[in-house]
Amino acid sequence: MNQTVAAHRETTDVERVFREVYGQAVATLVRVFGDITLAEDAVQDAFVVAIDRWRTGGIPPNPAGWIVTTARNRAIDGLRRSTRGRELHEQLAGTASTPRRAGDDWEEGEPVSDDQLRLIFTCCHPALRTEHQVALTLRLLGGLRVDEVARSFLVSESAMAKRLVRAKYKIKAANIPYRVPAEADLPGRLRAVLSVLYLIYNTGVDDPERASLRSEAIRLARALVELMPDEPEAAGLLALMLLSESRVPARREEGALVLLRDQDRTKWDRTVIEEGHAIVRACIRRDQPGPFQLQAAIQAVHCDADSFEATDWPQIVALYDHLFSIMPTPVVALNRAIAIGETEGPGAALTALDAIAPDLDNYHLMHAARGTTLRRLGQRDAAKAAFERAAHLAATEADRRFLAQQIEELTEDGALRQHRSDGLSGPPNETSAR
Amino acid sequence: MNQYLLSTYVVEGQVPGAPSTPEKMQTFMERVIALEAEMDASGTFVFGGALHGPDAATVVRAGDADVVMTDGPFVESKEHIAGFYIINADDFDAALAWARKVVDALNHPIEVRPFRATGRVKDSVRPGA
Repeated sequence: MNQTVAAHRETTDVERVFREVYGQAVATLVRVFGDITLAEDAVQDAFVVAIDRWRTGGIPPNPAGWIVTTARNRAIDGLRRSTRGRELHEQLAGTASTPRRAGDDWEEGEPVSDDQLRLIFTCCHPALRTEHQVALTLRLLGGLRVDEVARSFLVSESAMAKRLVRAKYKIKAANIPYRVPAEADLPGRLRAVLSVLYLIYNTGVDDPERASLRSEAIRLARALVELMPDEPEAAGLLALMLLSESRVPARREEGALVLLRDQDRTKWDRTVIEEGHAIVRACIRRDQPGPFQLQAAIQAVHCDADSFEATDWPQIVALYDHLFSIMPTPVVALNRAIAIGETEGPGAALTALDAIAPDLDNYHLMHAARGTTLRRLGQRDAAKAAFERAAHLAATEADRRFLAQQIEELTEDGALRQHRSDGLSGPPNETSAR
Repeated sequence: MNQYLLSTYVVEGQVPGAPSTPEKMQTFMERVIALEAEMDASGTFVFGGALHGPDAATVVRAGDADVVMTDGPFVESKEHIAGFYIINADDFDAALAWARKVVDALNHPIEVRPFRATGRVKDSVRPGA
């Protein structure tokens, strides 16, 4: 029994290390081999070797370097053995990024962090459609398994596998380069990268099992800011992530989501907030606002308030108005509607929500926001129905638990009310709601 | 070195953004000549030109005794290829830079597609050389 438990723990440790080093190892091997599939296969081979060796000999002090060195050696051995491989091997030897030339960096077996930056610009190339960009980045740099990437996209594993194959085929056939783009192309190319990184960060927010994605996204965002100090949107994204990250400790209780309204603000990480605030202030001084900087500014206002009630809501609505003017998406409209609920009351919020409801009918947060607003208006049955619809659509366990709590509370309240009188859920009345 | 096909399309017999007056046609031709000269000087130009309309096309396929011919293009479509360049470029981003110049000169969209040389062309071009 104990042996089984110990073996299981070792397996889990090895799996965790695999995930952590996958992106670094693949990125470095793509530089060396100039071929993504070859790099992935080599890393996979090295993991097979590692499972045996590490279980008996323990995890080496530099697992990423170990994997990269093993993967490289095995890939080169494999190439030498096959005819096609020999051709490829010779071809590689004739190009700039040969194993031989790169071999100098190899003695240490040390992955280079710039490799990940190069690879992310390849993965996020605007000639690839967004879902391919995100899938590639999560798979290659985030180290998620294909089934995990599939789940985060709500598609089947086989569909996701095909998607990744298609995307890699295009990169290879079109020879999409593996490098940080030239100065002139940088702003446009950066926008794609920033969106992908934010999506990865949010995948880590939605699923505590994948919390490492958050630090991975923040790490890559920091690297981008360092590489592109003149790009305020990169800084804006980093600030947005940091300010969101600062609230993580207060965001969950016993596995259920805790709303901003109910969060214990003493649990917020002040050091991280200060860093985020400093970046937002620098962005404001630059005065080149963009979507990520505005979203960061909104988070900065939230993090500035000692309580939900003390929040500068008019400022938040103004920032959402500005954001909507440059990014008129239904999700921005949803967040703006929620903020309107705090400045103008739930009646105005409901009107705003109803206007966007058809566009976001499959989005659980829209129904959750409607539920909250309807409850404030005293429309308990409608609120319960909205929360039930949200729970049906919610993708994460934390969201479902939170929504189940809301439904349960409304059911209990409803049962109590039934005893007292009927017809309590009269017409919407803002003043009586709160 | 890689090769790419940059192709333009006619839509329902019309080339979107085509010059509408003789003067505009004149400047259009000047732009195209300048573009092709630039491609040539930099070793980018491999081959290219404009196609006659799809009504001039014939489909030829193997039959029982002799080949069978059908009047008209292979694909019945509203869109037909109007012209193309085959270019040399170091990588996709370099091809994109040329694609931008072609779009500017022609004033209508183009498709960029990696071209894989075979047979004689492969021998004469030797990608990677």
